[in-house]
Amino acid sequence: LAGRCSRVTLRLVAECSVTKARACDLILPHCAVSTPVFMPVGTQGTLKGITVDQLEGLGCQICLGNTYHLGMRPGPDLIEKANGLHGFMNWKRNLLTDSGGFQMVSLVELSEVTEEGVKFKSPYDGEEILLSPEKSISIQNSLGSDIMMQLDDVVSSTVTGPRVEEAMHRSIRWLDRCIAANKNPDKQNLFAIIQGGLNAELRKVCLEEMTQRDVPGFAIGGLSGGEEKDDFWRMVTLSTDHLPREKPRYLMGVGYAVDLVVCVALGCDMFDCVFPTRTARFGSALVPWGSLQVKQKQYAKDFQPIDPECQCPTCRQHSRAYLHALFKSDTAAMHHITIHNIAYQLTLMCSVRQSIVDGCFPEFIRTFMKRMFPSRDQYPGWAVDALASVNVPLE
Amino acid sequence: MAGCRMKLELSRVVQGRGRLGVLKELGKTGQHSLEVPGCLLHTHLGAVPHLTRDTLHTLSNLPSVTQVTLSNIAEHQEVLEEFKDGFRRFAGLHNTVLYCSLHDPATPCPTGYNTTKTVSVWGSGGRIELTVAKFMALQKTVQPDWYQSMADGETWQSGTSRKRVRKSVDRTLAHLDECLLVHQNSQELEGVEVFGVVEGGDILEERVRSGRETAKRPVAGFCLDGLQTGSMDQALRTQLITAVTKELPEDKPRLLQGVGRPDEVLACVEAGVDLFESFFPFQATERGCALCFGFDVSSDPELAAGVKFGTRQHPVSGGVRRLCAGSLVEFSGVVELAEEKTASGETRQNGDSNPADQSRMTSFEIDLKDKRHRDDFRPLVEGCGCYCCVNHQRAYLHHLLVTNELLAGVLLMIHNTAHYHAFFRALREALANDKLDVLKRRVLGEGGGQTERNE
Repeated sequence: LAGRCSRVTLRLVAECSVTKARACDLILPHCAVSTPVFMPVGTQGTLKGITVDQLEGLGCQICLGNTYHLGMRPGPDLIEKANGLHGFMNWKRNLLTDSGGFQMVSLVELSEVTEEGVKFKSPYDGEEILLSPEKSISIQNSLGSDIMMQLDDVVSSTVTGPRVEEAMHRSIRWLDRCIAANKNPDKQNLFAIIQGGLNAELRKVCLEEMTQRDVPGFAIGGLSGGEEKDDFWRMVTLSTDHLPREKPRYLMGVGYAVDLVVCVALGCDMFDCVFPTRTARFGSALVPWGSLQVKQKQYAKDFQPIDPECQCPTCRQHSRAYLHALFKSDTAAMHHITIHNIAYQLTLMCSVRQSIVDGCFPEFIRTFMKRMFPSRDQYPGWAVDALASVNVPLE
Repeated sequence: MAGCRMKLELSRVVQGRGRLGVLKELGKTGQHSLEVPGCLLHTHLGAVPHLTRDTLHTLSNLPSVTQVTLSNIAEHQEVLEEFKDGFRRFAGLHNTVLYCSLHDPATPCPTGYNTTKTVSVWGSGGRIELTVAKFMALQKTVQPDWYQSMADGETWQSGTSRKRVRKSVDRTLAHLDECLLVHQNSQELEGVEVFGVVEGGDILEERVRSGRETAKRPVAGFCLDGLQTGSMDQALRTQLITAVTKELPEDKPRLLQGVGRPDEVLACVEAGVDLFESFFPFQATERGCALCFGFDVSSDPELAAGVKFGTRQHPVSGGVRRLCAGSLVEFSGVVELAEEKTASGETRQNGDSNPADQSRMTSFEIDLKDKRHRDDFRPLVEGCGCYCCVNHQRAYLHHLLVTNELLAGVLLMIHNTAHYHAFFRALREALANDKLDVLKRRVLGEGGGQTERNE
């Protein structure tokens, strides 16, 4: 293939013979990333309460930064002076930045979406700002992330009607503008984001168009926003059906354990979500059988670790009872749970990957579901359907 | 008889200039020691604030004595009783001496609740009243290596009456005698050491009386209470401590509660104090400030400008290397502020230091929320080898503080802890080498420590 070669290389290590799952090595500028991968979110250039050494120690190979937040504070110029976001936060591995599109919709007073870009009011000084595809890419170029996301016209997944189609087509046009605006194609990989809401036809059009562009990877966007799970998984599997095999598939905003396992089976490689780290700060520890609310009274005298089988620093050193007590005295309690939750997510993905490599992913799925739910009739219907669609019936 | 195994070996004692030595045979196995003058490791329920073990272990040479407080622990009595194996195991602490105090020095609590038979501590759920019986039950379940006796120290507010001060001395002695009685009859507390607490407010005669009487009891050492930062000016504090220590045996350690500011530490060491609580770094951290006062007294001019530590790299440097000029000059009780020159040569007040308000910024630190640090790519302190200074820059800390990120507390706590404990090391070295005056000039400033180096 002539033309621009991929800055990122996806090496397919194993493919599940039953489902659509793959285990790959994603070769990025800072280091290789083993997929399927869960990417913790470090919104403002930090993972809340965790040092980069701790994050590295947990085995994290890629995490997220937010263009919107960092574009506001401290701003792209300062970060550029600091040798990019890597230099600013001193993270030596990979970074993925989103475009700022989602935050603008979810966080701020939306003034107007036009062909030009998204106009919104800054929450800090009330000034009107235009985030255009060019501006978003410019900020991301300053941040120097290994993977950048296109600016897409983001519409909530619960919206229906012509707005969805308009947004889908605009996202394609914005993708082309983003590609043109990228000053750093050799080091920074611009991913496209497939839109189209919950409309199969619109999704297909988007897939058809975007896969014609020479981008190193694709994200599946516009989902994980409150839509019915029954619709959600159908759009995911439709998307992976039409995405090229040899490029990574990034499902945005997904991070619940069940969702991760199912969507890996549906053919996704990369995931991000604030949930594990956010819920940690409320004392919610993720475990193979669900979650454990450490702050609840029942754990005050529970002297075992969060998960006796977990090898994370928190579980090796502390009991539920101690963490329960510590929550009343110091922020360190939150950090202990954050570390555990990141370890849980990364370990989960590691096990998923290993089972794909070993050729026993369907078995893994069954064991996982049995552990997670007390009985078969508590398995979420959508998950059963989704897994059945890739040849993993759950009895 | 309460445990009296700890031994204070003094190598230097100069009247009015402080004591230097080692407190040996600490802990149940007697294997730990603590150099004096020194400080304990201040914790919340066994955790250095904001830090987990990984982040804590980026620090080396931490004190061998961990301080926990009943204000954090009292509400967990039931849990600890069910746990049975003592607080150290409960908190996952290893290889440290556990010292249990009554109050958290970082958080002054409301006064007016102590009675003849009770003192109150304040947990997360509110006030907990302690009788000697409950206090001792707590000690038995915490199983520290050493604890301070129950004490009534509510004399630190200005305007405390003479009568009230006298009561605090009487009550504290009574509590001590009761505690010792229970202690001697408790097998669970075998080998555990007790410190008596000297009270007396700001009244010289009461201080002397308290010291003299407490010294008659079989205690391993002495806590000096009611002298905390904000309760009185240093001149009076020095006078009172000097008078008290005359009543105390030379071979037992003196722990001063509630005082942590570097200038006060120096003065109190000269007055005869051996041990301090290390809560000052935490207070600076909570203000979003980084300790930066100089304390190196090496004769090497290269090193004289900064903390004597290993090399440090940071990704972006440039411009003129500047020293932080945190310094405080005291004129007969009135505090005057030294000014910090900015890179452009303008002078700027470095914040107010009101002795009466512990939470206000001191001149020993820089306020990282200040806009001037926004694009300052230097470490917090040049030459500091702590994890924060090796890996991060002021600009990043500024960003974390402006955006209210939790990591700010983690990184600042690491640096402030490292800096503070290094100060104590420098203090001991200065005492050993007769350089206390040089150190004082360095820390307190005489326009001292401002060096401009061009790169």
